[in-house]
Amino acid sequence: MNIDTNARYRASHEYARKDGAEIVAGISDHAQSSLGDIVFVELPEVGKTLKQGEAFGVVESVKAASDLYMPMSGKIVAVNEDLQGDPALVNKDCYGKGWMIRFAPADPSEWNGLMDAAAYGKEAGKE
Amino acid sequence: MAPFAGYDMPISYPTGAVEEHLITRRSVGLFDIDHMGQLVVSGPGADEFVSATVSATVLDMKDWDARYSLLLDGKGLVLDDLFIYKLPGRWWIVVNASNRAADLAWFEAKAKAFPKAVTIEDSSEATYMIAIQGPRAIELMDLVSDRKVSEFPRFTSGELKIDGIPVLFGRTGYTGEDGGELFFPADSAVKLWELLLARGGKAGIETKAIGLAARDSLRFEAGMPLHGHEISPSINPIEAGFKWACGLEKDFVGKAAVEAVIAAGPARKLVGLEVTGGVPREGYEVLAADSGEKIGACVAGMFCPTAKKYAANAFVLPAYAKVGTKVQIVIHGKPKEAVVVKRPLYVPAYRR
Repeated sequence: MNIDTNARYRASHEYARKDGAEIVAGISDHAQSSLGDIVFVELPEVGKTLKQGEAFGVVESVKAASDLYMPMSGKIVAVNEDLQGDPALVNKDCYGKGWMIRFAPADPSEWNGLMDAAAYGKEAGKE
Repeated sequence: MAPFAGYDMPISYPTGAVEEHLITRRSVGLFDIDHMGQLVVSGPGADEFVSATVSATVLDMKDWDARYSLLLDGKGLVLDDLFIYKLPGRWWIVVNASNRAADLAWFEAKAKAFPKAVTIEDSSEATYMIAIQGPRAIELMDLVSDRKVSEFPRFTSGELKIDGIPVLFGRTGYTGEDGGELFFPADSAVKLWELLLARGGKAGIETKAIGLAARDSLRFEAGMPLHGHEISPSINPIEAGFKWACGLEKDFVGKAAVEAVIAAGPARKLVGLEVTGGVPREGYEVLAADSGEKIGACVAGMFCPTAKKYAANAFVLPAYAKVGTKVQIVIHGKPKEAVVVKRPLYVPAYRR
């Protein structure tokens, strides 16, 4: 299981990584591997404001559809348009080219409530 | 792995479902489909019995011919779909795993009431079943077999040996590719499976194990039905587009009901839908594009790796069944644009 040590995680397997004042989010390697081949990713409109834990989109694998949840509250500033043509980028490079959204956090202190890499690794290892 | 009809079945192998689909379309896929059941019908009344029970015309079949058929109840609804092989002195009927017990009981009850002597046996436990499918499947079979299966016409079968293992081989399948299905003694399963993978590799023929998810996307693209989806005990053959599998010149169980549907016209029709903006799945509602009224529901839907499309099969009101009709599919609560398209999305290789 590959875990980005610079990122923090929700128990529902979304990651959040700081990039300047903004946050880049997607799903963990553990999540993409359990989902299997990802065939579609539905992402929010840029400009939308979402609360922590609110669904920001849907990831569809060959097997099933799963909701994606905001790791922190914030306003969407960009989405990864490349996923429309090549959703398998999430399988190939979930922390890099398979990123999903970039948002401006509304409450940067929410970061502290997320799991760090070690805690997430322990949590995901139980599954 | 996932439970399926009492079997522990691989949804996909480490290769991954999409790649497994593509390998089958470009080279050779091996399918462990031992869950399928095999019934044997024999006895002096066997020919007439099979003809009277299944929907397809069978009395014109010669020894070794293989043919698709439906099994209908008295109301003309689809209990199962079958592949029927006429072998010397017996009929070999391949049934779906989840319907095997019910099919067996149904055939046995019909046999008891039949005026001539008919014996029904369940050969499922003794028989293993593997499918070998793909553009190079026949080439690989010719390499390993003591007979040239390349000389078997499509929809025929024959007996052969692979490294001493006796195999009934049908040039049939469920993927839209050339290839075949192998029936052989269950105790040789691991040996034959490994032999096919190894000989494929040695000959430079890419050969991989393919799971249930790719089996589903392959059959879906090629327009083949899966019982419980495009056909089921609540669906008649006419609305599902299977008039061609009904031998209306003869008598069979459910014929009167089928003729009644033909006369009145079906109340709904099976269509293919192409969708933008999401993945359609079983159970999703289909709406009219203009009024937003519900006009049907999806019975299967997925991403199609070769067609590179998101598509569904749905039953809709006949007025919306014409190719090119714009409709909507409700995906995660939101109506998404869809259009009725010609089925199948992938024309089987042997029909081109």
